[in-house]
Amino acid sequence: MSDIKNIEATEVQKEYNILNLGPTHPATHGIFQNVLKMDGEIIMHAEPTIGYIHRAFEKLAEHRPYNQIAPITDRLNYCSSPINNMGWHMTVEKLIGCEVPKRADYMRVIIMELARISDHIICTTIIGQDTGATTGFLYFFQMREKVYEIYEEVCGARLTTNIGRVGGMERDFSKRAIELLKKFLIEFPEYLKEFQSLIERNRIFMDRTINCGPISAERALAYGFTGPNLRAAGVDYDVRVANPYSRYQDFNFSIPIGTNGDTYDRFMVRIQEMWESISIINQAFDGLPEGPIHADVPNFYLPEKQEVYSKMEALIYHFKIVMGETAIPKGEVYHSVEGGNGELGYYLISDGGRTPYRLHFRRPCFIYYQAYPEMITNGLLSDAILTMSSMNVIAGELDA
Amino acid sequence: MSIDIKPEFKPDGIEGAGFFATSLDKVVGLARANSLWPLPFATSCCGIEFMATMASHYDLARFGSERLSFSPRQADLLMVMGTISKKMGPILRQVYEQMAEPKWVLSMGACASSGGIFDTYSVLQGIDRIIPVDVYIPGCPPRPEQVLDGILKIQELTKSESIRRRDSPEYKKMLEQYGIE
Amino acid sequence: MELSNMETSNLNELISQSLKNRYADKFISEEQQYDFTNYTIDKSVLIDALDFLKTDPEIACNFLTTLCGVHMPDQEGSEFGMMYQLQNMEKNLRIRVKIWMSKDDLHLPTATGIWPSANWMERQEYDFFGFKFVGHPDLRRILNMDEMNYFPMRKEYPLEDGSRDDKNDKMFGR
Repeated sequence: MSDIKNIEATEVQKEYNILNLGPTHPATHGIFQNVLKMDGEIIMHAEPTIGYIHRAFEKLAEHRPYNQIAPITDRLNYCSSPINNMGWHMTVEKLIGCEVPKRADYMRVIIMELARISDHIICTTIIGQDTGATTGFLYFFQMREKVYEIYEEVCGARLTTNIGRVGGMERDFSKRAIELLKKFLIEFPEYLKEFQSLIERNRIFMDRTINCGPISAERALAYGFTGPNLRAAGVDYDVRVANPYSRYQDFNFSIPIGTNGDTYDRFMVRIQEMWESISIINQAFDGLPEGPIHADVPNFYLPEKQEVYSKMEALIYHFKIVMGETAIPKGEVYHSVEGGNGELGYYLISDGGRTPYRLHFRRPCFIYYQAYPEMITNGLLSDAILTMSSMNVIAGELDA
Repeated sequence: MSIDIKPEFKPDGIEGAGFFATSLDKVVGLARANSLWPLPFATSCCGIEFMATMASHYDLARFGSERLSFSPRQADLLMVMGTISKKMGPILRQVYEQMAEPKWVLSMGACASSGGIFDTYSVLQGIDRIIPVDVYIPGCPPRPEQVLDGILKIQELTKSESIRRRDSPEYKKMLEQYGIE
Repeated sequence: MELSNMETSNLNELISQSLKNRYADKFISEEQQYDFTNYTIDKSVLIDALDFLKTDPEIACNFLTTLCGVHMPDQEGSEFGMMYQLQNMEKNLRIRVKIWMSKDDLHLPTATGIWPSANWMERQEYDFFGFKFVGHPDLRRILNMDEMNYFPMRKEYPLEDGSRDDKNDKMFGR
């Protein structure tokens, strides 16, 4: 598309139109408004407005006990909620200095990588959909259902999962969950291969996406990009490698990077990350050790139901946890995980009370979406839509 | 357990060789119910479950809602999915006003129905504060099966609705309560 | 791993020494919080310090991870704080820079000149707490409605929506 951008506007054309894209536009995949100044088909200036689903997460978190914050984190990036849950649990674990057993960590890794896959499925199929390849969406989206089935077996919910607890996992993988997981590990690569071959070298797709909404590595860093979008620009930064959490250092995987930071690179990075995720899940699944699934933190981890009925201590702990009356050390802690879209960080200030004094979410979408006007200026309107879907801006995370 | 499979919905009427007579209401209702054009007003998490409902596994198209209408002027059914903040409220209302009669509203998920877990300063506590709602779907988010059930409930409403209902004084009074002209 | 830990602790030493040398009494305190070192400095040298931490070839904390404000009404004279979290991706060093200010004067210089990414983050903190970033190119509310007339994240304002009348306080034990 680059040759069209270089056409200079003639005198006749220099009459600008104002186009209001959003907030409820079918092509924007979420609630964002962009007021565009258009010269014909070319965008001269863009003015984004956000906040249409601002839900006051940070204020809400100040009023909730630690255990009750996990369900809020589900609704940040709802395409990959387990990663958000785990990030929050790890933040609290860091604060209270709790070491999670190896089995729980491996289970977390499996769940988090499944979440990454389901997140990338949405993003890649939507890029396909926006270039006209609806087949990819209808075909590949089935795999998300398979991931959901595993989630359901592990935690009972499909989308807003609330998997895991502070100190470990709430329950072990059931027999059926393991069966489903095994089946998924066999089926998914076939589907992914087919989807990839459907789109990757398709002439129309390549023409539409190469050089569409590019960003250089310097600008991406200046704008605070993280995650697949930063890697597409050629920076090999990944929290899983830089600051390994949940024993990611045990696994052997590579970080795919792009070169131009355009839509095609962002698409390809996500496709490759799915392959890496599958490899990580395979490693974690093969090496899944026996042992306890949670640490010994009675102040945070609910006791067995049977014990609650029969033992005094268990009943007391149960009551304290449910009422949110647990003692928490003072201090401030930051923990970040590699979310579907980048570095998802939790900055927590505790004053020893039952709720956090301040909880700040570092939301990758919110930070990198501000580069959007720069990325689409001097491009075509149709490229702007593609750029947005390839950045995978999730409204829940954007507006918090 | 034997399952009683009913034939395609057929209104009551008089049947004979080569003819079938019934009231116009029922024929119109039948036609409307099986060709609803939904306008997906998806804001957050529920929108993702709606995508799952539209995708191949659950396939909303089986119920005559294959075509999503992204223009409010051609839509019959406004599906509000996800949190509506106070900033978004006026826009939702405008979309509702732009829709042509007859129109139905489906409120999907706890946030749209009541504010859900977000009892906060920035969230509208239920969309029924600004527009009338026909069917509420509980859940956070509801499963696709629940969405399908909600659509079927809307279809029942449309089938049994009199074609004059929208001209009735009760209906006008109801709209007046919401300040909608 | 061992080597990088040693390297980062050396770097932390270097940062602390350079900040002390540069700002003398404007450098207020240094504190270790879990895996982060917090440097508290005076508001007047904030931009200079951030710029120094970014451009110094040794320290090179050139990535602004996040920034956020905090309201502590019990701290007389320094009720509002602002935290900048910087990162050196190559050496895997993360630090926090903090400033405190009184509730009577919420003006502070903007970091948008150093990192473009600070733009929306600062707008968000303005929206939540009412920090006035001097020199910010476009200081408007970002998440809340423009008509909103208070800063909701301050501790004195309630969380809940005031318009609900279906709540019975007795049921909530209040």
